[in-house]
Amino acid sequence: MKPRAAVFKFASCDGCQLQFLNAEDELLKLAGQVDFVYFPEARSRALEGPYDIAFVEGSITTPDDARRIIKVREESHYLATIGACATAGGIQALRNWADVEQYRRVTYPSPEFISTLSTSTPISEHVRVDCEVWGCPVDQHQLLAVVRSLLSKARPVLPAYSVCMDCKRRGNVCVVVARGAPCLGPVTRTGCGALCPAFNRGCYGCFGPADDQNMESFARLLASQGVTGDDAVRRLRGINGYVRPWRETADAIAADKK
Amino acid sequence: MPSRRTKSRTIRVNYLTRAEGEAALRIHLRDGALIELRLEIFEPPRFFEAFLRGRDSREAPDLTARICGICPVAYQMSTVHAFEGLYGLTIDPAVRELRRLYLCGEWIESHALHIHMLAAPDFLGCDSIITLADRNREAVERGLRIKKIGNAIVAALGGRSVHPVGACIGGFTRVPRRDQLADLREQLLRVRDDAVECVRWVSHFDLPAVTRDIEFVSLRHPDEYPMNEGRMASSKGIDASPDAFDDFFEEHQVPYSNALHCKVKGRGPYFLGPLARVNLNLDRMGPEVTSVARETGIPWPNSNPYTGIVARALEVLYAIDEAVRVLDAYQPPPAPAASFEVRSGVGRAITEAPRGSLYHAFETNERGLIHSARIVPPTSQNQARIEADLRALAPDFIQRSLAEATHMCEVAIRNYDPCISCSTHFLKLEIERH
Ligand code: SF4
Ligand code: SF4
Repeated sequence: MKPRAAVFKFASCDGCQLQFLNAEDELLKLAGQVDFVYFPEARSRALEGPYDIAFVEGSITTPDDARRIIKVREESHYLATIGACATAGGIQALRNWADVEQYRRVTYPSPEFISTLSTSTPISEHVRVDCEVWGCPVDQHQLLAVVRSLLSKARPVLPAYSVCMDCKRRGNVCVVVARGAPCLGPVTRTGCGALCPAFNRGCYGCFGPADDQNMESFARLLASQGVTGDDAVRRLRGINGYVRPWRETADAIAADKK
Repeated sequence: MPSRRTKSRTIRVNYLTRAEGEAALRIHLRDGALIELRLEIFEPPRFFEAFLRGRDSREAPDLTARICGICPVAYQMSTVHAFEGLYGLTIDPAVRELRRLYLCGEWIESHALHIHMLAAPDFLGCDSIITLADRNREAVERGLRIKKIGNAIVAALGGRSVHPVGACIGGFTRVPRRDQLADLREQLLRVRDDAVECVRWVSHFDLPAVTRDIEFVSLRHPDEYPMNEGRMASSKGIDASPDAFDDFFEEHQVPYSNALHCKVKGRGPYFLGPLARVNLNLDRMGPEVTSVARETGIPWPNSNPYTGIVARALEVLYAIDEAVRVLDAYQPPPAPAASFEVRSGVGRAITEAPRGSLYHAFETNERGLIHSARIVPPTSQNQARIEADLRALAPDFIQRSLAEATHMCEVAIRNYDPCISCSTHFLKLEIERH
């Protein structure tokens, strides 16, 4: 029997689940191995749980979604978050530092009709998560590697070292050394193959924190490049800004300034 | 109060499938008359326009891209063009051409996705591309080949197809050498026949024959098919600079629902996207694409929303030819990006996203930080038009089964390839209530 898989969406841009559909060469093969019984973006027939594997995209930002994720967990044997939104709260977690009332007023003429929580939080703050796939968007190879591991009943293992290591391996010129560009590569998790430095620009941390990061020395590196205060805070409070090490460092810099 | 004999029926589609994002539709009929029709968008708000305030304009293209994973390139393009206007930049012609190529990639990818994965299953009685593949593997493989080349173009210029990293204000952070693009050209030429075949395939679908009174809106450029530049144009006579967006269009609140609708001021709903662009710019598609368009037997321009899928397939063909043209003429620009000084001011731009005109307006302070941001995505502009189409279908519902009526609505909505994730400010929507 093929495992029954489901793809759930919470607050997100759809880019991570799109990575399944973007696997043009593998899509039909994948469909032969896994039965996507619930994947509303790609299939109009939706089957009931329980599911063997749930892929969850998006963060929790509304009271309804906070309830829905609990049901998803109950129905799913294995739950993997896909992407920065689900794993870290995503770019929409910038509201966590703001007054959401004001956000509502800026965006909607009738803010009272908008049901929203004051925070955007990762799935792991709500339910147990079995596997986290990082990235904004997730890397397709990593995503398919996770599927393959699960098919062979192995625990997926994704590398957690820094973008910096891949950057050197790839033979990129270091953008920090060569251009003095601020780069989150030293503290960001690998997965993209050091894409931004290969494009002559600093990493902006879309894969979230690496395991071996040292935030203190990173903050010093930024400061030595003249990136301090609000500037430094903005760089850390980005797509994965709500993840603990980055959040704490940015909060400390912000508090220092005051 | 309804009498005992009244036949009252509610149709509810709880989750609109094969669309990007989340929406539900509720229709209430009584004695064959439409009592209520409601397209509910329950995509949770992500507040882009709010959190962009205070961010650096140079970060903006990476941030607005995250509004939509299906059309990040268009978001980046509207953003960079708005700031380039604001900072008074002149863009190198070679960069300008590369940006056309970049958007061609996204059109190909997004259109191929919509045609094969989202819309075609409707017309062929399948629930997904996977079941469609069991029935017509050739068409599916053809679609995947086309889609793949679109992704490859975006990745060549931006490193990856979802949220590419290469675009910046002024140009690109890195531009390819000519020889790095040779392979892309070969691949494009290989799928060109596929694209022609795809046009024929979709034009033979059983497309409902309707004619509606529609105002089509898209950019129009003096000598090319519109992508990143041009004036706003409409089938009812609009001809104006994108700077004047607010003079012609309004985001309008209806009293019963507080939903934002976009309307042409003083007129009503309007239609964006491939059908609008083809209708208004057929003379800019080149002789080859035009002749393929004529061969379909469908009259162009036309006011049948169901021909949108054919317009989309024609744009895939156009984008392939246009990409080859850009590649053939390509010489790398002297610098990948123009340099600039930030300043305070207002910048506005419209580019043609796969789903239609995408308007951005930003205000900055003297440090180049964003003071205010406004983003009007194509799907929210199309929303009032989608409702108008659904309302026109309603009289038919009474003789139909629930499943049939549901299917009809879904097909009608999918004509617009709605991308609900893009709805930076969608609300729950009520259409009619007596
Ligand atoms: S992590 Fe990024 S790509 Fe994935 S859904 Fe969120 S915004 Fe989109
Ligand atoms: S270099 Fe950093 S920001 Fe760029 S794609 Fe990789 S992880 Fe994301």
